Order: sequence, then C-alpha cells, then structure tokens
Amino acid sequence: MNFILEPWPWYVSGPLIAICMFLLLLAGKTFGMSSNLRTMCSILGAGKKVVFFNFDWKAQKWNLTVVLGTIIGGFIAAHLLSNNLNVAISEQTITDLNQLGFNSAGQAYLPTELFDLSQLTNFKSLLILALGGLLVGFGTRYAGGCTSGHAITGLSNLQLPSLIAVIGFFVGGLVMIHLLFPFIF
Amino acid sequence: MKKYITFLAIGILLGITLFKSEAASWFRIYEMFKFQSFHMYGIIGSALVLGIIFVQIIKRKNLKSFYKEAIVIPAKNKSFYRYFIGGTIFGLGWALAGACPGPMYVLFGAGFFNILVVIVFALLGTYLYGVFKDKLPH
Repeated sequence: MNFILEPWPWYVSGPLIAICMFLLLLAGKTFGMSSNLRTMCSILGAGKKVVFFNFDWKAQKWNLTVVLGTIIGGFIAAHLLSNNLNVAISEQTITDLNQLGFNSAGQAYLPTELFDLSQLTNFKSLLILALGGLLVGFGTRYAGGCTSGHAITGLSNLQLPSLIAVIGFFVGGLVMIHLLFPFIF
Repeated sequence: MKKYITFLAIGILLGITLFKSEAASWFRIYEMFKFQSFHMYGIIGSALVLGIIFVQIIKRKNLKSFYKEAIVIPAKNKSFYRYFIGGTIFGLGWALAGACPGPMYVLFGAGFFNILVVIVFALLGTYLYGVFKDKLPH
C-alpha cells in the first residue's frame, strides 16, 4: 500500500483525471471547474448589478458539490494519503528557483515564500497571490473555460476553440515565467 | 440526494488525484513552463488520449447517462479573440499563482490557507469579466 502514500506517477494520475471527466459525462454533466467562480459570484449577489451573473445558480449545485468533494479530497490526500509532501522537481528547476530566491524548492509542496501563513502579512506575497488569482478568474471566464473545461474536456471532444485557448494558456504561462519572473522575483 | 453523493464522490476522487499527482503544486507548474520535466505533460497527455477515447465511445455507442438522458458536450462558439486573449490572461495567472480553478479548492482542503487570497481574487476577476464583458472583443 506504500505506493499510495508516494506521489502518484503521471500514468496513474492522467487516466484518473480522464475517468473523472468520463464519470461526470455519464452523470449527464460536463467537467469544468471555473464556472463555479461565476456561480459563487451569483450566490454573493452579483446578479443584482451585472446581467452576466443573473442566472439560476441552483442549477449549478451539482458542480458546487464537485467543488466540495475536491476540498475533501485535498484534505484526505494531504493528511491521510501522504507521508512526505515535498515535490521532487528536477535538479535544474531547483537551481533556477534558488536563483530567484525560492529556497523551499524541492523541500515543500508549495513555495513557503508565498504560501507560508506568515506571508499573509508580506505585501509583495499578497500582491502576487492576488494578481495571480485576478488573472486566472478574469482569463478563464473570458476564455470560457480553464484547464478542465478546455484542456481536458474541450480537447477530448476535439474542439478547435479549446485548442486556441490551450495555446493561449501556454503563451501566457511562458511569458510569465520566462519574461516576467526575472522582474517580479 | 443520490445524485449529490455521486458528484461528491467524483469530486473527492478528483481532489485526491490532483493533489497526489502534484498537478496542484506551484513547483510543478513552474517546472512545466520551463520544459524541465515530462511529469505535467504526461498527466495532461495521458488524460487527453484516454479522454478522446472515452468521448468517441460515448458518441459511437450512443451511450446514455445514468439517468437515461442523451450525453451532450456543449459546443463552444466559434471565435479566436476570446479564446486566445482570455487563454493568455489565464496562463499568466496560472504561472504566477501556480493554481488553476480545480487545484485552488484542493489546496484549501489540504490546509494551504493562503490560497484563499487567490480564490477571493479569482472571484473578483470573474466579476470584473462580467462587468466589462460587452466591451471586450469576443
């Protein structure tokens, strides 16, 4: 049973993600996590001011249930199914990150330089997390989907719009890490 | 009620997988965009190959859902700008925060509470899209 406590290899994880998508289709729904952000905006009352959020969010309760499941899944995975949370990224990646000032590379699940609770009083860390979230939330709705809706579901269905979106995901990611990271960190 | 238990179970499986695969790790996203490991490409690639096979099975065998309804994957509108510009903005944020809209919740469940900052601002970003939607090229 030890292999469950180790990080899962890609050839186990990838197929399991596809199986989640397949099960959702069999349950009559499509896999897409970012639409929950729109639903939550609607629940918070955004529909009173902006038409885009004025819809029957109760029809999305199934997807919020999936979200609840992922939260529980995250808890189970981190606290019951892991004996070591360090992510074994490549040596070169560790070297590159050390140069950027991320000394936790290879020794944590997330960089403590951003995700340690003490960073909540660090203005720069807060700004980075906030800006990252803002771009993800805005971009995903603009593009009509995220990694689950476009890269997994859309591409599995061979949809051209999803291919364009995924190319965009990579353009954005490459620009951020190769061009902007040296200025940010 | 039974329906919700199904969705909860799928969510739990998804959450465990996203965490244990390390796809929810900021480090893995950085490594992916640096092309320094096959790991993330293996996850997305194998999910995709199997996903294409599953969708083809559904279509060719005309599979019905558990509730005897037709299975339909809604087509996205044809366009370039919204997917490319929106996708690029998403990618910038994905690389910076190291989390996309699934792993965000997983990380919260795992006890990384700073991710709440990302989630709150992702909600704000979604709200801003709703506000400016009609002024943006689609």
